[in-house]
Amino acid sequence: MTAVEHREIALVDLLDRLLAGGVVITGDITLRIADVDLVRIDLNALISSVNAQVPSPWPEATGP
Amino acid sequence: MSSLRYVYAVCSPLDAPLQAQLTGVAGAPARQLEHHGLIAVLSQVPEEDFAESPLKAHLEDLEWLTATARAHQNVIDALTGVTTPLPLRLGTVFRDDSGVRVMMEEREEDFRRALDRLEGRVEWGVKVYVDEKETEAAPSGRPAAKPASGRDYLRQRHMRTMAHDELWQKAEDFARRLHRTLSEHGEDSRLHAPQNATLSGASGRNVLNASYLVPRERSEEFVELVDRSEDDTPGIRVELTGPWAAYSFTGLTEGAA
Repeated sequence: MTAVEHREIALVDLLDRLLAGGVVITGDITLRIADVDLVRIDLNALISSVNAQVPSPWPEATGP
Repeated sequence: MSSLRYVYAVCSPLDAPLQAQLTGVAGAPARQLEHHGLIAVLSQVPEEDFAESPLKAHLEDLEWLTATARAHQNVIDALTGVTTPLPLRLGTVFRDDSGVRVMMEEREEDFRRALDRLEGRVEWGVKVYVDEKETEAAPSGRPAAKPASGRDYLRQRHMRTMAHDELWQKAEDFARRLHRTLSEHGEDSRLHAPQNATLSGASGRNVLNASYLVPRERSEEFVELVDRSEDDTPGIRVELTGPWAAYSFTGLTEGAA
């Protein structure tokens, strides 16, 4: 077991809390982020922007 | 002035002033707004970035989201040093100070209850990963020999499948036991969705992603408990994060009236 030093908090850990936790304020004066949007942002936009920077781990097509 | 108010947290009046150089999202200084004996910690943000539609667009920009999330956390972190803040969700924006006051008045009872419940508590994050790569090496430390024949290949493949199933079973049992133990020691717990490895960049698969609400004075004990739980099985890894403000325990997340 290697001790991992976290000098900087991982973005995913932050988003687990900042986008899924915290008090949600509702009301017409608030410009609230809809939960539906969060799911889309979380899973699609983030993954695609990460993928744009990181080469795919599966360079070859699968199957014989 | 085309600036809006970005609110980070609500808390009881502070004994100590905010640090003078506390910078929030968009680089503006954070300040306090007192209303009916509660404090909202907020900063000014430009309307062109934080009105509803630009905000939505920005949230899909990973770089912008990262900077904003870190700035938000920076303010919450500073508050955690001097009080027990009730953190609001990222991107809570109002037109002006009076909009913030109206909101504080409407939610006053909720805020007071939540602040009482969370007083002196922090959140710890615990994750368990399974990493098969760590178990792939042969016992000798060298990679398994190349199969000499078709039968040899099938045998090796069978062994790998067995090892895989066994590791998964172990990891699941371990995660379940750990969660039960930690839940008993924390006052409350939340299970988050397992993190996607592509996003986290962590090696292995995340099988437990949980948060525990722990009184500050019992944090040391909690951390020791996590350290001691460490399983010796190669391929199973535990990660601890925190202490966080009690983001996952505000109790005011979904549709609270």
